[in-house]
Amino acid sequence: MAALSDQFLVVTLLSYLVAMICHAAEYSFGARGVIAKAAVRELAGAGGPPVSVEVGADGPAGVPAGTAPGRVDRARLAGRAAVAVTILGAAAHLVTLVSRGIAADRMPWGNMYEFVLTVTFVGVAAWLAVLARRTHLRHLGLFVTLVMVVLLGVAGMVLYAPIAPLVPALNSYWFAVHISMMCLASGTFLVGFVAAAMYLIRAGYDKGRRSFPYTLGARVPGAEALERLTFRLHAFAFPIWTFGVAAGAIWAEAAWGRYWGWDPKETWAFISWVVYAGYLHARATPSVKRSTATWIAILGWATMLMNLVGVNLFLSGFHSYSGL
Amino acid sequence: MTTVESPPAPPAPPTPGGRANPLVALVRNSWRQLTSMRTALVLLFLLAVAAVPGSVLPQRNVAVEKVTAYFTAHPDLAPVLDRLWGFDVYSSPWFAAIYLLLFGSLVGCIVPRLRDHTRALRARPPDAPHRLDRLPFSSSGERAGAPAEVAAALHRMLRGRRWRVVTRTAPDGALTVSAEKGYLKETGNLIFHYSLVVVLIGVAVGSWWGWHANRLLVAGPEKAFCNSLQQYDEYGLGARVSGAGLPPFCLELTGFEATYQETGQPASYTATVAVTGSGADRSSSFAVNHPLRLSGANVYLLGHGYAPVLRYTDRYGQSQTTVAPFLSKDAMMTSEGAAAFPDTNVDPKTGARDPNLQVAFEGVYLPTVPDQPPLTASAFPAERSPGIMLWAYRGNLGLDSGVPGSVYRLDGRQIANGQLKRLEPTPHLLRVGESWTLDDGTTLEFLGTRPYATLSIRWDPGEKIVLVGTAALLAGLMLSLAGRRRRVWFRVTTSGSTTIVESGGLARSDHPGFAAEFALLARGPE
Ligand code: HEM
Repeated sequence: MAALSDQFLVVTLLSYLVAMICHAAEYSFGARGVIAKAAVRELAGAGGPPVSVEVGADGPAGVPAGTAPGRVDRARLAGRAAVAVTILGAAAHLVTLVSRGIAADRMPWGNMYEFVLTVTFVGVAAWLAVLARRTHLRHLGLFVTLVMVVLLGVAGMVLYAPIAPLVPALNSYWFAVHISMMCLASGTFLVGFVAAAMYLIRAGYDKGRRSFPYTLGARVPGAEALERLTFRLHAFAFPIWTFGVAAGAIWAEAAWGRYWGWDPKETWAFISWVVYAGYLHARATPSVKRSTATWIAILGWATMLMNLVGVNLFLSGFHSYSGL
Repeated sequence: MTTVESPPAPPAPPTPGGRANPLVALVRNSWRQLTSMRTALVLLFLLAVAAVPGSVLPQRNVAVEKVTAYFTAHPDLAPVLDRLWGFDVYSSPWFAAIYLLLFGSLVGCIVPRLRDHTRALRARPPDAPHRLDRLPFSSSGERAGAPAEVAAALHRMLRGRRWRVVTRTAPDGALTVSAEKGYLKETGNLIFHYSLVVVLIGVAVGSWWGWHANRLLVAGPEKAFCNSLQQYDEYGLGARVSGAGLPPFCLELTGFEATYQETGQPASYTATVAVTGSGADRSSSFAVNHPLRLSGANVYLLGHGYAPVLRYTDRYGQSQTTVAPFLSKDAMMTSEGAAAFPDTNVDPKTGARDPNLQVAFEGVYLPTVPDQPPLTASAFPAERSPGIMLWAYRGNLGLDSGVPGSVYRLDGRQIANGQLKRLEPTPHLLRVGESWTLDDGTTLEFLGTRPYATLSIRWDPGEKIVLVGTAALLAGLMLSLAGRRRRVWFRVTTSGSTTIVESGGLARSDHPGFAAEFALLARGPE
């Protein structure tokens, strides 16, 4: 079982890599503007000015003049293949997780390696859920798969730990609640980060910036839709994160006698919480520009990464998991 | 149904006297500044940034020994950092300044909001704007029926969907139906922000009235202890707690059970204690994650170890037995420690004590001595083949110098200055029951071990407040983030014999589903 899990990790990684390449192919085949200029449907928004929402490239979008239809077909094919391979990868990812859990005879959340494995799985699942409802966002897949490949690569090469049972302190009901909520929230924040980054790139592109990485903005969905997606993902993840931190505090009370002790992992969870609260605030403050608010979300993900990887590698505390 | 709206409150009159007292103006401006959303944002940021150094530098309340190590490693930098509360970040005045300002801003923000919100809860939905077609969502169409019936049906439909509805008659005779929904969003938001204050109060209560202490408890009746500060290895009391006020109880470790996987990884620890002095005497078991809850104190099991029992028989045939806890230094419970016999070799006839004939042993205890040398580290954490590897020392232990030393280690200065001499260059391995005769004919016997548990005894009366606050905070947060504040209006007019209904809608918080909802409402009751 353990070996199976390790093999499926490789399958997962390769699938995401292939999906990434397909997405990249879609990018380069698709002539500039196919998606960006896709038909725009007027959809009145929240009290503000009417908001335009892009209709997907697979939707009723007309093919703009000057684009060879063959290229567009190939682009579409590559894009669909990318999504298919991502789904395949997600399945392999699930097998990696489940077989790991069976091999260890517990939830696969015992160390950093398993934690990152779970967070990325939640991220992919959240991404696929978003995609199912909003196919026009497909171009974000390139960045989602890129982030997955990097994180899983780090997990496999740096954080990998052989299967071990949980140390007694981790063997608790609240621990399971805590870790599952943290995984769920982290995975959603991860997709939120991708949306936030793409929004900033797209907004820069719309302002006429043509240097890298703004050039990538040419083929991603409209800025407004991305910004909204960013907000909804963060608004979804924030209460889960809050609950996860609270569950962790309840567990810490039972295990160590205090619900909060400013151990480095707790401290960084707090920092992320405060930064994301800052993002929600900034977005609700009319005088703060949406791009400024989104930068706060990016900063939030940076603090998450610090907690996911940095704290485990550089700072030590109570939380040093069995594997590291 | 027709109601007359009360006119809006007149604008506040300008401050009389033209120029306000500059001090009052300054205070008022500062307060306005502090309670602005932007200030809240800046303070949230400062709070996040201020929390960082505490995760990089060792903290006294987390790991004192690491702070000490930091002082040794950075003798120049450490005192400077210490003066800036670098090792007590979360109790530092600058950290407190930030969160107190933030909570000041918070209170200044939510008190008026609560007032406005209660007012809004009692007020009726506002009258329809003149041009409904200017709203983000609008439509119009003809309906069958008299205007009054159509308006009443709309009113009923909205009521049925739990909107707050009011129907008014405009001066031109048109009927307007105004409805609003989603007040829970603001309610949730206020609950969330008030709960933050509750949580802070809970934390403050805990830090003033809470206390904690640590104790290494060796099994055995003579090692039992009672809850008083003298009995603790280390403790911390809240500002409002006096040492005399601790709840009375005594604990004796009567059993300790540890189970391990074949790899040596611990699977479970369970300690059994006899509790006396706190109500009925009883025996209780507790484990990691399952603390012992006494009235006014909780006892947590943090770790465990072995305390070898050693008997030394001196030149005069006098024996002394010591139970010396050894501290484990790896996952296999290789444990280091020392056993000192300062009061040996006292001539029973004269009572004369030669301070240079004190005896001590230092070394490692291996619960499972490996089959193959080197015999320096244990092969398994449980006692499968226990053995103790000791060096013997004789001389002056330096216990009378007045400098408190560690009980787990001999005084290195005495060894360095030659007053305490190691008797043999290599350590001696003793199995349980074996004895070792030193060069002067005295003997050391290894009688076995007793388990010990490291306990943390804590009480935090603010915990429940924090828990309740956090639960309310979460509930409020979800209401606030999921809530959707929205308004719809209908104007029912007649044109000749037809009844015309114009409708308009406004989503006051971002949400995509409103278009569909509005379309449904605008179609009217079927
Ligand atoms: C202790 C620090 C604070 C934290 C952690 C915090 C956190 C949050 C969070 C997470 C939200 C978004 C969720 C929701 O809508 O309920 C929010 C919303 C809000 N906060 Fe705060 N807040 C703090 C202080 C303040 C202060 C000082 C003010 C006043 C200036 C304020 C005013 C608001 C307002 C008006 C909203 C609603 C935004 C909207 O329309 O959605 N908050 N806060």
